[in-house]
Order: sequence, then structure tokens, then C-alpha cells
Amino acid sequence: MLSLTRRYRFCASHRLHSTSLNEEENRALYGKCNNPWGHGHDYVLEVIVRGPVDPGSGQVVNIGALDRLVEQTVIGPLDHRSLNQDVPAFAGTVPTSENLVREIEQQLLRAWPSAFSHSPAVLAGIRLRETKRNHFETLR
Amino acid sequence: MLITRRAEFSASHVCSSPALSEAENHALYGPAANASGHGHNYVLEVTLEGEPDPVTGMVFDLSRLKSIINDAVIGPMDHRFLNHEVPPFDRVVPTAENIAVEVWNRLAPHFHDGALLRNVRLYETEDLWVDYSGGV
Repeated sequence: MLSLTRRYRFCASHRLHSTSLNEEENRALYGKCNNPWGHGHDYVLEVIVRGPVDPGSGQVVNIGALDRLVEQTVIGPLDHRSLNQDVPAFAGTVPTSENLVREIEQQLLRAWPSAFSHSPAVLAGIRLRETKRNHFETLR
Repeated sequence: MLITRRAEFSASHVCSSPALSEAENHALYGPAANASGHGHNYVLEVTLEGEPDPVTGMVFDLSRLKSIINDAVIGPMDHRFLNHEVPPFDRVVPTAENIAVEVWNRLAPHFHDGALLRNVRLYETEDLWVDYSGGV
């Protein structure tokens, strides 16, 4: 079994605030992450692709095609944005990294079949690093 | 239990398939197809699986593991032009995928009893790596 992991970066701001909770409860739950003006992170995204090595190209996945897909579906929409204000998925959803990693995976899965229609490569999972000290991953 | 040993080698390569035209190779591999080649500081992580020996307390002797990696991989590949100097890359495109498989093939025969080779991770850069654990 062979997998390839490619790392990407984007910078975005967010505020953790649940409309299901009152001001005090939000502060108690999210602490500094609930500050009204928000704050930001240099997110690192690791995209893990699994599949056989194509005997002709020697590749599991074409890196250029993967870069274009991630740029179009993730980096373009999220980089240097306010997740709460600029990204429709977070209009009513708290942009925790748990919710963000799930949203990114859904966007990649949605675009995957047309980007890699002639390739057996599959998205094996993604890993999102919010800071150097915490990361979130989906394993499929 | 898993134990992992890291090693580095620096090498140059060209990603270009003889079955394709120059334009097709550039479309497929981008600047990696430039004919004169370019290089990377490859980082290799070799992971073995086994149980600690009740006498030595070790899954595998790490100095022996280091020697095996050095003799099979680092010595032959470090400061070499892979396409020109390291078979099978005279006929197999030295993508990170194919290098990882070749490293596995060179290391696997050394681990047949006790600790077994579990995974080879090859970093081409900090932002691109391949894991190979045998099979297709």
C-alpha cells in the first residue's frame, strides 16, 4: 500500500461563538477564542492520497493536479479570510477546527471525481494543524 | 511495538518518461522534468515492528539498523544523480513513489525474523512525502 501526503498552508481568522449559548456560556466554553473581534491562525493542511503507483508516470497522483484541486477548493476560498464572515459554511456553524476539517474534506470529496476521473487514487484522509500544538484528522 | 530510524541523503534526479514527448513530460511533471536535473535533501524514516527481546530489551539493534540503511540505501544514493548512477532509475522514473518502493525492496530482505519492516516514509521536501508498506 502506498500513500502520498502533500502539505499546504492558509491563513484565516475565526471567532468561536455558538448561537445556542448565551454570552457568559460562550466565554466560559471558548475562553479567548470567543473574543468578539476574532483572531487568526496559520493553518497547515496535509492531504493524504492512497492508490497504486501508475507504471507509466511513476506517480500515485499527479502533484500538479492535486495542487490545482486544493487551490481551487480550499486555499482560494479560505486563505486570508474571516471564516465566520467570508465562508458560507460557517454562517451558522462554529468554525472550530473539527468543523473546519470536516468542511474541507467534504469540499475535496465533492470535487475529487471530476479532478481525478481517470485515476484510481483516493482521498485517504486529511490532517489540519491549527497551531504547532494541535491537529485534527479524518481517517477514512 | 514500532521503532523508527531516520536517515538522510541528498541526490539529484529528473522526472521524465521515455515513453512521452518533452512537452508531455513537462505537462505531467512540471519543472521536475527539466533535462539537466535538480536535487533534494531526502529524509527517510524506516519503521520496524516487533516485540522487545526479553534479554536485550530491544526490538532491533539500532546500530545494526543504521548499518543496514547505510549499506543498502544511503551509500548507493547519497550525492548521486539517481537517473544516471543508481539502478533501476536508469529505466524507472525516480518519483518519490518509486524511490520509496525501491528503498523498501532494498531493505525488506534484511528483516525476516523477529522485527519486520513495517513502513518506509520518504520525504522529498517538508511538504511532500510518501509512505510505502509493501504490496501493490
